[in-house]
Amino acid sequence: MESQENKIKSLRRSIIDMIKVRKGGHLGPALSLVEILYVLYEHILNFNPKNPSWKKRDRLIFSKGHGCLALYAILAEKKFIKKSDLKTFCEPNSILGGHPEKNKIPGVEASTGSLGHGLPIGVGMSLAAKLNKEKHKIFVILGDGEMNEGSNWEALMTASKHKLENLTIIIDRNKLQAYGKTEDILSIEPLKAKLESFGSEVKSTDGHDINKLKKILKKTPFKKGRISALICNTTKGKGLNFAENKGEWHHKSNLSEQEIDKMYNFLK
Amino acid sequence: MRKTSLDTVYEIAKKNKKVIFLGSDLGFKTLDDMRVRLPKNFLMEGICEQNLIGMSAGLAMEGYIPYINTIGTFLTRRCYEQIFLDICLHNLPVRLIGNGGGLVYAPLGPTHLSVEDFAILRPIPNMTIISPCDAIEMKKIMLQTELFPGPIYIRVARGGDKIITSKETNVKIGKAVELIKPIEAVFITTGTTTQIALDAINLLNSNNSKIGLVHLHTVKPLDTTYLKNLFNSTKLAVIVEEHSVIGGLGSAILEFINDNRIENVRIKRIGIPDKFVEKYGTQETLLKYLKIDRDNLIEEMKKLLKGN
Repeated sequence: MESQENKIKSLRRSIIDMIKVRKGGHLGPALSLVEILYVLYEHILNFNPKNPSWKKRDRLIFSKGHGCLALYAILAEKKFIKKSDLKTFCEPNSILGGHPEKNKIPGVEASTGSLGHGLPIGVGMSLAAKLNKEKHKIFVILGDGEMNEGSNWEALMTASKHKLENLTIIIDRNKLQAYGKTEDILSIEPLKAKLESFGSEVKSTDGHDINKLKKILKKTPFKKGRISALICNTTKGKGLNFAENKGEWHHKSNLSEQEIDKMYNFLK
Repeated sequence: MRKTSLDTVYEIAKKNKKVIFLGSDLGFKTLDDMRVRLPKNFLMEGICEQNLIGMSAGLAMEGYIPYINTIGTFLTRRCYEQIFLDICLHNLPVRLIGNGGGLVYAPLGPTHLSVEDFAILRPIPNMTIISPCDAIEMKKIMLQTELFPGPIYIRVARGGDKIITSKETNVKIGKAVELIKPIEAVFITTGTTTQIALDAINLLNSNNSKIGLVHLHTVKPLDTTYLKNLFNSTKLAVIVEEHSVIGGLGSAILEFINDNRIENVRIKRIGIPDKFVEKYGTQETLLKYLKIDRDNLIEEMKKLLKGN
């Protein structure tokens, strides 16, 4: 049986497979998400790739749309899409674009790419589930830079008002946004206190530690009657040491074959 | 018509549990009976329009039919991207009920004047745009919205608007309403400008003119079948709207005429010029100031009839 470590490496290699097609893409923000998505799809979410709109499925809203390379990798791994789809990334007739689209990709719950949209949608879905007395859960993955968007805070107030304990938000806290450090561009700290004051029950963890992620995410809601918020401390560009914590690897274009080979070498 | 629009949501919700009303901090006791009797279908949310649009999209993805109501400007230009992406890209049955369409909120100034709503919503694929002319028509349209596919924007006028249609008037979303058959020329209107045009026609036709009146409550999609037939026989038209002359009904009809190579048609557009409305007063005083009034409509139609 393939080890967990190998599975994670394989997901990262799938990301490079897509990068190779376009010779670029949002690499850094995808690499920080790999373990989070792995744990969700391997251990937490209820889903059926043969029936992606199965009513009882858990919903994952991928609000941080630019991290979609990691999402596509896991969707292929879980057979929502074909592995061969990955090799069409951003080609004219591909279902996989630079940001995920609901109406094209099985398993994608909402089209995202413009930040600050996923959480309000997730609040609506969570409210619907509550009104319908349905048991499925709603997870929303947000970037830390994305927390600059006011719509998230509007949505948190609303979720808190409706006591949406079926809603969990996961923040990929890689501490970098496009231009530089989140704390230099527009500080979101103290994030935990902010989220708490907006009505969430907050936990933090190492976003690359599979066991810790698994343990925490298995126990949602963190507190009855409250939204669960998990701050995942991560490393942008994780897995490629030359890209880790480097702002310039947020998005790359015109990558050379040598650079791409170098990435594969790191992930052997 | 505002009260009618909301009362009809309540009426639909009594029969359809999937209909859910979302208000954004509306006036005290709005739809209070619905709040008490259908608490699961009534949400009074905060002043957070962009979140409300996204939230409605999430509800609609789960099978609900959300009706959102607030002041038109806040429901359209403030949360444009949420309308564009969350609702229209996903083609969801969310209904936007925008209060104070046009110059209704004259005393409140430019923050509240909704005079470019058609223009900003028209380019969004999947969007249907409706502007009823009175409460009777509003009721008929609102009843049709329950099962209508895709997103809808409904522009609401002041309330207490003069009734000019009747129970017998045939109203269907997407279809023109020919209130007076055009012979010499036609006024084409949307919303409550239909009342103004009707006043103008009554005076013109009492002096032996034969001017028609066509109400396009649905600004998008245009009733192109009707318009093609209309312009085959009627070559003079004055289009009247309480909206910027840029991007609204007049623009839509000119685009239609051009794209369909309809020739020898003379069009005059009456609407709000490309500048901020700098005055207060009432809706009536602003309409007069901007020349969207009966007397100017008569004058412009007379000029057109004379070939000017």
